[in-house]
Amino acid sequence: MNIAVETVDLRREALPSASEAGPAPKRIIVAYGFWIFLLSDIVMFAALFAAYAVLVQATAGGPSGAQLFSQVNVAIETACLLASSYTCGLMSLAVRSRRRVGFYLGAVVTFALGAAFLGLEINEFAGMIDRGATPQTSAFLSAFFTLVGCHGLHVAVGLIWLVVMMAQVAVKGFRPTVERRLLCFSLFWHALDIIWVGLFTVVYLMGVHP
Amino acid sequence: MTETQYDRAPGDRPVLADEGTSSGVLVYTTGLFLALILTATSFWAANTSLLWAPGTHLGLAVLAIAQMGVHLVFFLHITTGPDNTNNVLALAFGVLIVFLVVAGSLWIMADLNDSMMPPAQPMNMPMHH
Repeated sequence: MNIAVETVDLRREALPSASEAGPAPKRIIVAYGFWIFLLSDIVMFAALFAAYAVLVQATAGGPSGAQLFSQVNVAIETACLLASSYTCGLMSLAVRSRRRVGFYLGAVVTFALGAAFLGLEINEFAGMIDRGATPQTSAFLSAFFTLVGCHGLHVAVGLIWLVVMMAQVAVKGFRPTVERRLLCFSLFWHALDIIWVGLFTVVYLMGVHP
Repeated sequence: MTETQYDRAPGDRPVLADEGTSSGVLVYTTGLFLALILTATSFWAANTSLLWAPGTHLGLAVLAIAQMGVHLVFFLHITTGPDNTNNVLALAFGVLIVFLVVAGSLWIMADLNDSMMPPAQPMNMPMHH
């Protein structure tokens, strides 16, 4: 009897440390691995940012940023992406408490706002190319289309991913595998918004300001 | 009980036993409002003539970094807690590399640009870089 009481007390007082507790749950391992991927993605964006910052004056007689960029368009794009980041957060709350309706609502609104962002960006690119500001025109425009286009490509991939996740929740329900993928998706979507903060500041706001 | 001894997955919020979903909504809403205020300030600072013009770029950079911090804390739930050490260390390493790549590129290219010979007289091409 005495021995049993003592072991219970021991367990309560000395929890094993993280290294003694054995392998971490898969949710932590998967999310941490995806976190590392996102950070390396951000490092890639840093290289594109550096190229843009070096080449921003190299307009080669073509149009400069101040002549091309529309502040209103960028403000709407920023609002769309920020709001979609917020609804993505609400969506992940619904996933945690396994509310299907809340999940679908959050996912649909997030998708709509992300699609609106992408539509505005494609529209902006088309307008620039119509005015002769193509990626071939100058080093500045090459760097601009690479940097902003790469972010837009990430948003497009995120939208496809979101549709796939909606289908997986519909077919498979909130299984642990689906929940891990949803956690990775929300990490991805929030990271894209963080990159956009740097992007609209460096490219659009600093570009328009003399 | 046993959950607490592991690290926390990035993006996961610590869930206390007695809290509902309303506190989670509150965290995201706080983040949204702070981010909106910082974004609005950035757009205002870029378009106003009230501020000292040479300082605008620095101010914009500070606002952007502050907003990234808001996103990390309120949307990605990065904290200074002991269960978050691995996430923060990975982030710190990422930030170091980003800083080295951006600042190093700008420094080296500006230095090269300065020490470039002026273009010869006949070919009067504008050489930017």
